[in-house]
Amino acid sequence: MTLDLLPIGRTARIVTVDWSALVPEEARRLRALGLEEGAKVSLAHRGVFGGRDPLAIAVGRMTVALRRAHASAMTVELLEEVSA
Amino acid sequence: MSRSRKIALVGNPNAGKSALFNALTGARQKIANYPGVTVERKFGRVVLPTGEPVEMTDLPGAYGLDPTSPDEEVTSKVVRGQFPGEAEPDVLVIVLDASNLEQHLVFAQELLSLGKPTVIALNMVDLAERDGLVLDPEVLQQELGVRVIPTVAVRRRGLIELGEAIASAESRHAGPGITDLGQTERRVAAHAMAEAAILSESKRHRLHARLDRLLLNPWIGPVILLALLFVVFQAVFAWANPLIDGLEEGMAALSDYVTAILPAGLLRDLLTDGIIAGVGSVVVFLPQIVILFAFILAMEASGYMARAAFLMDRLMSYVGLSGRSFIPLLSSFACAIPGIMATRSISDPKDRLTTILIAPMMTCSARLPVYAVIIGAFIPARTVGWGIGLQGLVLFALYISGIMGAFLAALVLRRSITRGEASGFIMELPKYQLPRLKDMAIGLWQRGWIFLRRAGTIIFTVTVILWVMLNFPKAAPGESQVDASIAGHLANGLAVVVEPIGFNRDMALSLIPAMAAREVAVSSLATTYAVDDEDEAQQAVDLGNRLRNSWTLPMALAFLAWFVFAPQCMSTIAVTRRETNGWKWPAFMLAYLFTLAYIAAGATFWLATAAGL
Repeated sequence: MTLDLLPIGRTARIVTVDWSALVPEEARRLRALGLEEGAKVSLAHRGVFGGRDPLAIAVGRMTVALRRAHASAMTVELLEEVSA
Repeated sequence: MSRSRKIALVGNPNAGKSALFNALTGARQKIANYPGVTVERKFGRVVLPTGEPVEMTDLPGAYGLDPTSPDEEVTSKVVRGQFPGEAEPDVLVIVLDASNLEQHLVFAQELLSLGKPTVIALNMVDLAERDGLVLDPEVLQQELGVRVIPTVAVRRRGLIELGEAIASAESRHAGPGITDLGQTERRVAAHAMAEAAILSESKRHRLHARLDRLLLNPWIGPVILLALLFVVFQAVFAWANPLIDGLEEGMAALSDYVTAILPAGLLRDLLTDGIIAGVGSVVVFLPQIVILFAFILAMEASGYMARAAFLMDRLMSYVGLSGRSFIPLLSSFACAIPGIMATRSISDPKDRLTTILIAPMMTCSARLPVYAVIIGAFIPARTVGWGIGLQGLVLFALYISGIMGAFLAALVLRRSITRGEASGFIMELPKYQLPRLKDMAIGLWQRGWIFLRRAGTIIFTVTVILWVMLNFPKAAPGESQVDASIAGHLANGLAVVVEPIGFNRDMALSLIPAMAAREVAVSSLATTYAVDDEDEAQQAVDLGNRLRNSWTLPMALAFLAWFVFAPQCMSTIAVTRRETNGWKWPAFMLAYLFTLAYIAAGATFWLATAAGL
């Protein structure tokens, strides 16, 4: 499953990232924000219009907005739901 | 004499660097541009607790030394002493957001690997504690090998300790193992350090999550944004009015005073009709600009701005822009100058350039006087049903024409001249915070000052040139001064060019002084039609009557269409030159917007004529 398909509120771990599908600058920026292999992420919000783009991803104690196009380059595995 | 040491504040965006800088320097700070780039250089003098005066710089926020934006490039070069004309900092103060350690420690390690004397400000520890996160600075200090001082910039906590640590910061050798780590290793290390430093942690930021659930809600979020924008517009156009009236009265009083103390003659005319009237016509926009910036700064400081960008990103992406362009374009409805200045937050250079190029099409407040006079004179004040007034409808149509024009232009530009990699939208959504009055006041003062300084230089110069063009050579007795002047002769030439789009010579003449600022077209028309009334409202009525006698409806509509697109604003051109570092883009902007204006006015004139209006 890719990150853009993650249901809202679920937590997952980024397994692989197809860096070649991203513009080098954006790839660097995503890395700098902690969105890379091994990161634990959850989908917090989706945008309003057309295809519910962009996405707000919670990573660590930070929330990062990115587009579906970026998220679809990231393969994730669902983590077990931990009761809140 | 030894120069004072240089201290640089450096860290991730949203680490509270600027608040710390404001707390340390107070009002003793200066703002300028780094040479050759449009990145703001903020610096100020600080006296350390030891009595040593130092020069402190607030470097632009960055995520790493490998730059992905012009801001980051400046930071990266300055800390390494590679920025031409900029002395290498003697001490680095790394600012970390206490509640975002795992993230911010990655860049911190990269900075520490430079081996410079360094102090770490563990900032916003109060917010972290409010979030239920208690940290142990000692652990970080041991892990990183430099002093770690907990601070709360906005409450001035830890500032003296920080100052002492800066004074005693010594050069050191980057510890082994930290120097040549890659990004991934640094991330792993950051994670371990952050974990080790946490004394206790409870369920994280509930408040922020709750606010986001409301403000980013697919249904409620956009409604709140729209409501907020409505308030902003109300404020800019309604609240500013008493202040604008006050400023106008002040200008009139100043003009009267000069008239009273100087003998009649060229100098007096230059001062009153030229300088006071010209510079004054721009200075009166100061209240609107300050009010607009108050909202923008509050939205930025509170963290809402990033949410607005998030909500609008998809719509902007249809024309090849991103959510980051939304706020600059919104600001341009008040005035394109703050709008173009606000494009600095757009990291992608082509996105930014496109936004700058289309910003002048947003209907700014300087167009309103022109619209008001022409609509008042030519559009009957009747309703078209459902209580909708025809005049208001025309005004609305003019706003919409500008927006549509801007979006079409963006669409075309992004596919031709500013084509690039599909610009994405990646931005951190910072934590919500109550804006601090002091930081807001400093920000407002800086913005207002930049605006006034421009009015005092560029606009001043243009005003004087225009005045000379309108007053020389002197008319022979019986001849009108306007006809005899350089501007009058220019208008004769211009009239030939604008004749095909239905403009007469008087209209052509009004376009020349309106280059300084659009609303000057009104006073210029008033001069041409010899309307001489001190009372502005009465002047508008009289002018309306005269215009109705000399213009046809298609001519008036063409004039309106012209002002939707025409880049008649010297200050906008000047600020574009500054923000794009050269004459190439302002020249392009002039050319394409005048072409659009010409086509729009011509099409309007001929369609209206064909329709028998």
